[in-house]
Amino acid sequence: MTTIVEIDDLKKVYDGGFEALKGGSLDIREGEILALLGPNGAGKTTLISTVCGITNATSGSVRVGGHDIVTDFRAARAMIGLVPQEISLEPFETVIRAVRYSRGLFGCKRDDAHIEKVLRDLSLWDKRNAKTMELSGGMKRRVLIAKALSHQPRVLFLDEPTAGVDVELRRDMWKVVAELKASGVTIILTTHYIEEAEAIADRIGVISGGQLLLVEEKDALMQRLGQKQLCIELQQSLNELPEALADFDLDLCDDGASLVYTYDTAAERTGIARLIAALTAEGLNVRDIQTRQKSLEDIFVDLVHNTGNKEDAA
Amino acid sequence: MNWTAIAAIYKFEMARFFRTLAQSFISPVISTSLYFVVFGAAIGSRIDQVEGVSYGAFIVPGLVMLSVITQAISNASFGIYFPKFIGTMYEFLSAPINFLEIVMGFVGAAATKALFIGIVILGTAALFVDLQIAHPLAMLSFLLLTCLSFSLMGFIIGIWASNFEQLQLVPLLVVTPLIFLGGAFYSISMLPPFWQTVALFNPVVYLISGFRWSFYGLADVPIFVSLLAIGGFTVICMGVIWWIFRTGWRIRA
Ligand SMILES: Nc1ncnc2c1ncn2[C@@H]1O[C@H](COP(=O)(O)OP(=O)(O)O)[C@@H](O)[C@H]1O
Ligand SMILES: [Mg+2]
Repeated sequence: MTTIVEIDDLKKVYDGGFEALKGGSLDIREGEILALLGPNGAGKTTLISTVCGITNATSGSVRVGGHDIVTDFRAARAMIGLVPQEISLEPFETVIRAVRYSRGLFGCKRDDAHIEKVLRDLSLWDKRNAKTMELSGGMKRRVLIAKALSHQPRVLFLDEPTAGVDVELRRDMWKVVAELKASGVTIILTTHYIEEAEAIADRIGVISGGQLLLVEEKDALMQRLGQKQLCIELQQSLNELPEALADFDLDLCDDGASLVYTYDTAAERTGIARLIAALTAEGLNVRDIQTRQKSLEDIFVDLVHNTGNKEDAA
Repeated sequence: MNWTAIAAIYKFEMARFFRTLAQSFISPVISTSLYFVVFGAAIGSRIDQVEGVSYGAFIVPGLVMLSVITQAISNASFGIYFPKFIGTMYEFLSAPINFLEIVMGFVGAAATKALFIGIVILGTAALFVDLQIAHPLAMLSFLLLTCLSFSLMGFIIGIWASNFEQLQLVPLLVVTPLIFLGGAFYSISMLPPFWQTVALFNPVVYLISGFRWSFYGLADVPIFVSLLAIGGFTVICMGVIWWIFRTGWRIRA
């Protein structure tokens, strides 16, 4: 698998002194859909803006197709298309002129056949002579995508393409993204909707407080989602896990007052009966038992929460 | 150099102009005619001649300068401010172009428009008075340099401005008064001695004086000083733009 975007220890401190990116590294693979998931203010837009040349990095480096975004910015940027978070278009321009202009800005010769294809693919061809201000919000977003695709980029950044969009339009957008991927474009999109990342991404990166907390195959993350946790509250607290329980996937919580057992519901044997037997054999008395499903939301909240704690401690 | 991108910006900006061509053409014609009626007829009937040139003809260079400077500034400042205002600036920053290319596209278009207006005004003036151009080459150079330098200045204002009021501020409070006080409608030699000295601190005096010289061979200040002044002004504007480019001031966070 080829890496198309290499982000290396990227830091961004805004003029006011605010550290919006705290040094994340990330390799984006050619042809994948990577969803950057994170709450508002996490630094998603800052990350994208830095890669695309809208803000300057404080330190670290980014290479796109092997081209450094600073020293070789022309080659790097020629490969990138950007759809910004905010919808902003020249209000009095027609759709087709706006899209042609974008192509020109990227230094590409006029190519009406390509522009027509892009507009048709995005169901904008009928609207090509409409002024952009006459279009609905969803259509405007498509014009932004058409502009970003006008110069045939190999990497497309979509910053919150479905924020504040109704369910139908969101599904529409997912379809567009899937089609783009099929045409070979690498797509990085940001979202704060977990179900969106789940629905369309190949990999999911979780970002919060300017830190990239994890990047994982969606399926692996989903498998974690398929995991359940059994929380066993004990009569007496433990200082450490007894030797005899070392075989089980156990964590000690609440200062040793409870054990958390993680297991896979899809597995043939959950191992619960064996665990209970082992506990009894150890002479540990159980006060209460609970099970809970771990959702992506939980994983996400855990991650965000844990790093928060680590920082407090540091 | 990304010439395709420069041409794209230039054409896009010019298209805005061509869409309102009638308006762009008619308003300078009307305002010039008004100036001739008010200044030429009303005041000219009392002043009659300035250093051997009829008053109506005498004010033509000043009139052209007044419009060209105002147009260059407003076109260039609006041209770059508008993308900032509506948020489409991101496209210029993410495109494989550098700041010089952005400047060339916007300033080139603004200067072209100002030049067009200047020529329209000269043409209108020729209907009212007997125009002579003693040094056509010098006249053209002054005109081109003025279009260019004040478009550069307008570009700087557009980058600096963070609202529409600020966009109007410099032209209204600084540039227009300097032009009116810069001898657009009179010769500096007509002022009392004290004000003559004060006037020499007004950079526009050099510009209008030089431009008028290219028509009638009359100048308030030596012609090479005028050339130096406009050349110096162009260089200063370019310097400021180079600095903006280096630091990303008001453009790149
Ligand atoms: N131009 C700026 N100057 C100062 N702080 C900024 C600027 N842009 C964003 N920030 C701050 O950086 C943080 C990350 O913002 P952003 O990247 O927009 O987050 P997200 O896109 O994930 O919602 C926020 O706390 C925001 O307030
Ligand atoms: Mg954002």
